[in-house]
Order: sequence, then C-alpha cells, then structure tokens
Amino acid sequence: MRKKTTFTVCALALLVAGTVFAADEVVKITVEGNAAAVKSVQTNLNYVWTLIAAALVFFMQAGFAMVESGFTRAKSACNIMMKNLLDFAMGSLAFWAIGFGLMFGATTTGLFGTTDFFLSGWTGPKGDQWVLAFWMFQCVFAATAATIVSGAVAERIKFTSYLVYSFVVCAFIYPIFGSWAWGSLLNGNGWLEAKGFIDFAGSTVVHSIGGWCALAGAIVLGPRKGKFGPKGEVRAIPGHNIPMAAIGVFILWLGWFGFNPGSTTAGDTSIAMIFVNTNLAAAAGVISAMALSWIMFKKPDIGMSLNGALAGLVGITAGCANVTPTSSIIIGFIAGIIVVISVVTIDRMHIDDPVGAVSVHGVCGAWGTIAAGLFNIGGTTAAIMTTQIIGVVAAFAWAFGTAFILFTVIKKTMGLRITEEEELEGVDIAEHAAHAYNDFQTLN
Amino acid sequence: MKKIETIIKPFKLDALKDALHDLNISGMTVSEVKGFGRQKGHTEIYRGAEYMVDFIPKVKIEIIIEEERVEAVIEAIITSVRTGKIGDGKIFVLPVEKIIRIRTGETDKEAI
Repeated sequence: MRKKTTFTVCALALLVAGTVFAADEVVKITVEGNAAAVKSVQTNLNYVWTLIAAALVFFMQAGFAMVESGFTRAKSACNIMMKNLLDFAMGSLAFWAIGFGLMFGATTTGLFGTTDFFLSGWTGPKGDQWVLAFWMFQCVFAATAATIVSGAVAERIKFTSYLVYSFVVCAFIYPIFGSWAWGSLLNGNGWLEAKGFIDFAGSTVVHSIGGWCALAGAIVLGPRKGKFGPKGEVRAIPGHNIPMAAIGVFILWLGWFGFNPGSTTAGDTSIAMIFVNTNLAAAAGVISAMALSWIMFKKPDIGMSLNGALAGLVGITAGCANVTPTSSIIIGFIAGIIVVISVVTIDRMHIDDPVGAVSVHGVCGAWGTIAAGLFNIGGTTAAIMTTQIIGVVAAFAWAFGTAFILFTVIKKTMGLRITEEEELEGVDIAEHAAHAYNDFQTLN
Repeated sequence: MKKIETIIKPFKLDALKDALHDLNISGMTVSEVKGFGRQKGHTEIYRGAEYMVDFIPKVKIEIIIEEERVEAVIEAIITSVRTGKIGDGKIFVLPVEKIIRIRTGETDKEAI
C-alpha cells in the first residue's frame, strides 16, 4: 500500500514538474497578460485584413485592364495590357523609392514627407512589421491612381512616354497630394486633413487625382484619328469586346470590397457598413446610368450602365465610413446620372476619353467628396462643406496642373504620341510588333 | 461545268445545306463575308454616339456543278433561302475552265 502511494505521488510530482518546465518561460496568468494577448490577436487580425484587402485592390489592376481593352479596338489590346502591367510595376518601384516617403514620411511643412524613402522605416524581420503591411496597402492604392490614366490615353500614346508618366505620378503627383489628406495615417501630417477633410478611401486622393491626370493627358495628347468628324460630329469607335469590359467592371466591383472596407486597416465591425455602402452605391449607379441612357438614347446602353457601376463605386469611396446605407443609394444614384452626362459632355468638348476615365474617376470623385460632407451621419455644416470643396479644388489644381506640365514637357522633348501611320496600322504592331489575337483576322 | 456563288443571310445556311444535300450535291465552300446591296445598313449606338453599320454580315457559298444540274440547284437555293424580306441575297452562275482533284489528279467532270 505504501509503495503504491509513494509511486503515485512521485509520478504526479514528475508530471506537474514536467508541465511547468515544458514551456520556454513560465507564463504568469494575469489581467495585464491577458489584455496583451487579446490585443495581439486584434493586431494580427488587422494585418490579415489589411493585406487581404491589399490583394483585392491589386486585383483591380486586372479589372482596369479588362475594361480598357474591352472598350478599345483589338489592334490596341497588347499595348493596353503592357501599359497596365507596367504602370503597376513602375508604380510599385516608384512608390517604394520615393512616393511612400513623400506621402507618409515625417513632415514639417504639412506639404510632403521627408523620411521613409526606400522603405527605410522597416527595421528588419524582428522589428515592427506594420510599415510593410501599410506600405503594401498604400502601394496598390497608388497604382490604382496611376492606371486610371491608361484608359484616357489609350490607342495613341507613346509607350515610353507612358512609362515616364507612370513613374512620375507614383513618385510625385499622387503621393504629394496624398500626404496632404492622409499623411498622418503613418508619420506625416497634412494641411488638408488638419482641416478635417473627409476622404476615407480616396474619392479625391486616388480617383480624382487619377481622373484629372487623365484629363490633362487626353487634352495634351489629342483625340484618336477619326474620333471627331470634319463637321465636328462625334464618331463612335466601338470597343472590340463588351463582355471583357463587363468582366472588368465586375472585377473592379469585387476589388472595391478591399478598397473601401480595407481602408480601416483594422479587422473590426466597422467594415460591415462600409461593405454595404459600397455595394448599394454601385447598384444604384448601374440603375440610374442605365435609366438615363435609356431615356437619352432609346435603348439601355451597356457601356453607360457599366460606367454607372464604377461611378457609384467612386462616388461612395470618400464617404463610405461616415454615411448611412440609405445615403449610399442616393450618392450612387446621382453618380450614375453624373457619369452619363459627363461622358457626353466631354465628347462634345472634343476631348477623346475612350473609356470614360475622366468622367468616372475625376468628376464622380469630386461628387463623392462633396457627398461625404453632405450626407455625413453627424450632420453637415458650412465648415465641413468648405473643407470638402477646398480639397476638391486643390486636387484639381494640383493633379491637372502638374500632369498638364508633365505631358507637355514629354510632348516637347521625347514626344507623346505615336505617328499617324502607326495609329492606322495599330499601336500593337507599331510599339510591340505583336498581335493580340493571332488566330483571328481583325478587320480595322 | 459551272460554279454557283450565292450570298445569303447567315441564319439560312443550314436550310440551304439541307436542300443541297437532298439533291446529292457532293461538296461546297462556305465563307463569312460582309457587304450590302440596295439593302441599307442599320444604326447602332455606342456610349451616346450613333453610328451607321454599312456592311451587313452575310454567308457566301460556292458550289461546282455540272451544267445540266444548274437550274435544279438554283431552284433549291431560292426555295430554301428566300424570306421575301430585303437582303435575301443573290445567286451568280460562272463558267469553270478546269478542275483538278489534288489527291488523285482526276480532272474536270471526275473531279466534281
């Protein structure tokens, strides 16, 4: 009996000793310890959500490529793919080297950052990794702004000139304005956000900046040959693959579920309303654009309806976190109306924008920014609206102004446009000696 | 030997093929073409801009046939393809100088 008891006690003692010394350190169970552990779960969740969102926004590059290609001719398809591929590649590197620092580096002026170039803020794999997650998310945003221009200058811009533009927009034009509105998200502090400027996911910071750069490009470049007739009439140059354009819009809509809710950079319940707002605005934009095109052109127009979805999405991007779902429907609905009128107006101004980039991103981006003030859940004030308008105007002045100068300088130095002969032959053959659809004869 | 070329509306191709099959026609060549005659085009709209589509998609069928059978083939084509609406198409009869079957070297009537 004694031997059995001694044996049992010794075995138990060894067991307990074993578990105590099994861990690397002795974990003390305290309230503070628990709180720290819970916080680290939330932190990890923030990383995961932010990076999933970044992946979704990256996928919007495919969406842009499909929309642009679908709305342009088959003889330009390779060039469209190259431009979209390269503006992401060059933009990523430009943003890594220069843009990120200008946008989120520490600043004394509130006009641009002066630290964090070449991701110098990262201290290695053992330190804080947030700067990397944050950079990744911001990188795909910068690339989104850059690729907006690709559609407006399609089919006639010189490829090398586009590469130069891609670098400059992601290194300077986008990040400097971005620092004014979003700098304090990391180490900076912009003058515009200090005024209380509301632009949660970038109706202005991303879409209007891209849209106004697109406008400058389209103006300096000039229209495609044959777009405007001798009497000034607007001629259709139909896109070669409408289903492709539609796929592109669906991909963009999906990517926007990363674009807007991801801007919380936090995995918490606030993303639910942002998701819902995003979807409702897009849906409303489709319906109003379709309805207006039906009235104006006697048939519901597929191109306009697709643009309507994008208009709604751009329109809600600024206010997605501070307006109600019902307001989102109104905002999206109005954006759909605005985009149809804008596309027709820009055509009538003899500015050739093959995909409606200026209307969708520039004009509706401005509307979205105004709407974020008008429909603010806490109510709107003159101060709020003034700041929103200041932001909209500053974005136009900065983006259109710098891009206009950039494109003009390029035009006067290396040349901005392919030759007339190259344009008739097709930019794919001229710039890439390539055929997008080798087994099919494309008749144009 | 004659060649019959006919241009018809694309959706009538199957009906034509079946009618010729009933006549034991041994082969045909089909191509997708576009064109217009007195039939005008139609208007389409793209992003708010109207434009005229002048060229209408059509299908062209080429058949080689002995001269004796030409009338019967023409009859069969018209019966199977005619809708009575504008754009039904046309039939052309052309003379053929020489025919060679590449695989066997047979010529003219044996090569049909």
